[in-house]
Amino acid sequence: MPEITTAHYVMLSAALFSIGTIGVLTRRNVVIILMSIELILNAVNINLVAFSNQLMNMSGQAFAVFVIVDAAAEAAVGLGIIIALFRNKETVNADEIDLMKW
Amino acid sequence: MNEYFSPIDFLVLKPVILLTLFGIGVMLTDLFLDQQHKYMNAVTALVGLAFAAVQLWLIQSEMAAQGVAQIEAFRGAVVLDRFAIYFSWIFLISSAIAILIAIRYLEIEQEHHGEHYAIMLFAAVGMMVLVMGMDLVTLFIALELMVLSVYILTGFLRRDRRSNEAALKYLLLGAFSSGILAYGMSLLYGMSGSTNLNVIADSLAARPAGDPLVLIAITAIAAGLFFKVGAVPFHQWLPDAYEGAPTSVTAFMSVGPKAASFAFLLRMFLVPLGSAREEWLPLLVGVSIATMTLGNLAAISQSNVKRLLAYSAISHAGYLLLGLVSGNETGMKGIAIYFLVYTFMNMGAFAVIVALRRRDLIGDEIDDMAGLMYKCPTAAVLMLIFLLSLAGIPPTAGFLGKYFIFLSLIETGHITLAVIAVLYVAVALYYYFRIVAVMFMREPVDQEKLSFSPGIRIALGVTAAMTILIGLYPEPFIQFAGSTVLSILR
Repeated sequence: MPEITTAHYVMLSAALFSIGTIGVLTRRNVVIILMSIELILNAVNINLVAFSNQLMNMSGQAFAVFVIVDAAAEAAVGLGIIIALFRNKETVNADEIDLMKW
Repeated sequence: MNEYFSPIDFLVLKPVILLTLFGIGVMLTDLFLDQQHKYMNAVTALVGLAFAAVQLWLIQSEMAAQGVAQIEAFRGAVVLDRFAIYFSWIFLISSAIAILIAIRYLEIEQEHHGEHYAIMLFAAVGMMVLVMGMDLVTLFIALELMVLSVYILTGFLRRDRRSNEAALKYLLLGAFSSGILAYGMSLLYGMSGSTNLNVIADSLAARPAGDPLVLIAITAIAAGLFFKVGAVPFHQWLPDAYEGAPTSVTAFMSVGPKAASFAFLLRMFLVPLGSAREEWLPLLVGVSIATMTLGNLAAISQSNVKRLLAYSAISHAGYLLLGLVSGNETGMKGIAIYFLVYTFMNMGAFAVIVALRRRDLIGDEIDDMAGLMYKCPTAAVLMLIFLLSLAGIPPTAGFLGKYFIFLSLIETGHITLAVIAVLYVAVALYYYFRIVAVMFMREPVDQEKLSFSPGIRIALGVTAAMTILIGLYPEPFIQFAGSTVLSILR
């Protein structure tokens, strides 16, 4: 059995980050865009915890806890704003949210 | 106390703690206020800002008396230096002005809730910690506290579709950029094994030049930061957020959070990434030219004043990035003084737009300003002063910021950049004067008088007075800004 090293975790994190980024850029449903952003933050967490384990240093794990808190706060505010928008204009499609354009 | 906390930690955070307490206090007292007395929330918030200002002043004079340049707290996670104090003043002033102009505006919009002022104070807390932070965790949390507060403020007009839409766009792109920034931070942590900016700076300096991991980290962090300051190609959220947000909030976020993000950008580029200057400098030059170009050219064709000022804010971000391109003492002094001046002139311009708001008129189209000179000469003349200052015409204050930044470019031999920047000032003059032409040359569409609330009177008075005062008598302000420079340049 080959061992799972830090490099594997960093690759996984990079893959997750790319999936999240592609999701934000290509998906049109704002809830899915919000989920893609959560993926990016989870990529950050995997990175932090993997580095923390490799370096035997706890501050990375502490950072990861704060990132989780931030992700929760962001989701709360984000869903609140989506609900406010949905009440006025019944859509969650980013292409139809086009009142302002230059 | 004990091994984890010392009295110094408490002292450094005193202004911030006071603001937080007052923010919570506003939310609690709001429960007992009826609709006619909601303005008391604004008064409470202003008292909180005044208390924080007094504490900041005490700390500043104590530091000056003892001759210390900086105080470290929480084992180096927070550093209160002159740079942080200078920017904290900008945040306190801009929050106070934003609260003054918000009172009447929110009454007209019928969304006068106490949370508005509480969230504004929390945003101020985030901004102040952001400029003090010396640790990735502290910086990230402070940044998120600031931007999450501003998302809520942007969408504060719940029943207004434009406000909803602005908040959503701002939130999605802002959260995306925070994610990218955090990814860059995680790589910095992985390379150095510490979240302290100084330790990161040392371990990055020890790495070989052109290390791909360093390049990825720089790219991610730069992309995240450029998003926050609204630099091209990450500016798309900015015009929409500025146009849709309540005008009082637009005034606030065009100054406070922008200055905080920029101070954060300076801290990141100069301290942890300082040794990789060769790598990020070409990137920064390209971004600042693109930012000035797009901001100035797109502003020409705008018909909405808030959107026009949003594009002008993008172009100002371009000029400010030039200060970092030259990166010498004059450049940093230029950035510092630019933000002080920008606080007054930009908030003043938005305050005039707020004054135009009535029940049946939004007042943010250029056409709404038609004949303002005949309807209300005071507002027209004040707007003229702010626009002249934004364009950078002496003797107004706006000239000063641009002067130092252009001077620093010439000092460091970036002559071409200086020439481009000056040419764009001419373009800027054109679109600012479109507003002036409408105000002074066109006939007014209606004769309804403007009414100034006491809050707007004070805000306009202070901003106009400071715009002219700094322009005519810049010496003390230049010295104050100059004293902050040494603590940021390593």
